[in-house]
Amino acid sequence: MSAPADLNIDHVATLARLALTPEEKAKFAQQIGDVLHHIEQLKKVDVSGVEPTAHAAPVFNVWADDVSKPGLSVEAALKNAPAQRDHMVVVPKVVE
Amino acid sequence: MTSEPFYQTIAQLAAALDAKRLSSVDLTKAVIARTKAVEGRVHAFNSFDETDALAQASSSDARRAAGQARGALDGIPIGFKDVIAVTGQPLTASSKMLANFVSPYDATVTTKLKNAGAVVWGRLNMDEFAMGSSTENSANGPTSNPWDLTRVPGGSSGGSAAALAAGEAIATLGSDTGGSIRQPAALCGVVGLKPTYGLVSRFGLIAFASSLDQIGPFARTVEDAAIVLGAIAGYDERDSTSFQTEIPDYRVDLKQRQGPWKLGIPKEYFGEGLDPEIAAAVERTIAFYKGQGCEIKEVSLPHTQYCLDTYYVIATAEASSNLARYDGIRYGHRSQNASDIVDLYFKSRAEGFGAEVKRRIILGTYVLSSGYYDAYYLRAQKVRTLIRNDFLATFRDVDALITPTSPMPAFKIGEKADPLALYLCDIYTIGVNLAGLPGISVPCGFTKSGLPIGAQLIGQPFRESELLAIAHAYEQAHDWKNKFPAL
Repeated sequence: MSAPADLNIDHVATLARLALTPEEKAKFAQQIGDVLHHIEQLKKVDVSGVEPTAHAAPVFNVWADDVSKPGLSVEAALKNAPAQRDHMVVVPKVVE
Repeated sequence: MTSEPFYQTIAQLAAALDAKRLSSVDLTKAVIARTKAVEGRVHAFNSFDETDALAQASSSDARRAAGQARGALDGIPIGFKDVIAVTGQPLTASSKMLANFVSPYDATVTTKLKNAGAVVWGRLNMDEFAMGSSTENSANGPTSNPWDLTRVPGGSSGGSAAALAAGEAIATLGSDTGGSIRQPAALCGVVGLKPTYGLVSRFGLIAFASSLDQIGPFARTVEDAAIVLGAIAGYDERDSTSFQTEIPDYRVDLKQRQGPWKLGIPKEYFGEGLDPEIAAAVERTIAFYKGQGCEIKEVSLPHTQYCLDTYYVIATAEASSNLARYDGIRYGHRSQNASDIVDLYFKSRAEGFGAEVKRRIILGTYVLSSGYYDAYYLRAQKVRTLIRNDFLATFRDVDALITPTSPMPAFKIGEKADPLALYLCDIYTIGVNLAGLPGISVPCGFTKSGLPIGAQLIGQPFRESELLAIAHAYEQAHDWKNKFPAL
């Protein structure tokens, strides 16, 4: 397991699409470092031959019938959009 | 027992409604008046809509007058944690990110409670996106514990626990990812049930950690919790992890099932860090069961020391993925200061999320990132298997386990500034989520300074009937349910 010193907060914040202030970066790096230090003890567990558990529900490969059902109206679906026009969400220009 | 309607149980109120001694409108008015009287001190709600609640109550009274009442919940005001969708009502997760969001549809539990005739009442405060153990991480400010207003109610469903303890609802719903129903229930002196993973649909619940989240009731009594559970449990095709199982009549079951039971005491749950007054109260609870002829057996859950770390890897990883949807495009907060579309994502998320949410997104993103996935996330999933196997092994010998719910009683608002110190509040509850088991916290006494204490009972998957019966047996022999905070 990697040491907490490996935490490159700029890289991770970029992956998370999260703009952090210099103060947040310093604070989070220290706090998350403490938590990662605590998590280091997981490497003491012998997990050889152990299958991972993704969730504890005894259901797998759940299929839904391929049948269309009524859903939200366009108005209802767009009701919470920060900006909209002509039944579409308005976003900043993506291509020049 | 107080005669105030807002402090009565669902069972008592349903009898009064059926006997026409009380109307749902009068009951709902009493709850609204109580809420207005105490809310300035408790701050359990993010918002409430009294016109809507009274309209629902009026419909309930009309049904009852026509002989078409739908059962014990018809006309009973039930509060909702502000993370469960109700059509036309705000859904904020106590986050600036969703400050203006209004639900376009009902969660499945909402539909089920509406069908049962319940009065859907209010939006209850919580830690932002259910991340926390004190309800201090709310964009709307903290909720106070009704037993001591300078202390936290626990979290993340602190508003749900505090509202019930203060008489601002007859029962409430919360969600539990690592203890977020059971821990606040213990700190506020009420019953809190986290059902087996898969028993209650998560459709319409804002996702935090999808493999751990489960909706459950807060109630004054175990019987009331059984009534609410019976209404919300059941298979839902819109939640692919919901389980197809027959839902028993929990209320009938809890009275019919009698002990003695075999109860396990996991020795790892009584070690360092446990408040001595809580240890003593739980020991007395164990002694009660022994006196009833139950066989008490010490058991071991050897991977307990790894639960917290396993949880914080898995929960933050899933959260970082689930919260990627909040990008300022289709709904939620959108930054007005962005230069282009990518900058819009970065700034909308920076402005919309609070500190604890950002911390967990960063941690979760890190443990899932290239080069670290096997070391953290995959390893944690494997340790999770060992933790679950520990629990399942004990159930070969015992029917249920008894532990403290929380290592400490309610602490002062602002007392725990360090995230890691706060994470330790959940050490006795998170194993249950990792293993997908049902767990219930029942009041089992008070500290010398008058703060409530809860005992946790942990049951076998999908055997809520038995778990509720065991909890009910204790509750019936004790008077904790008849104690109310001086507000």
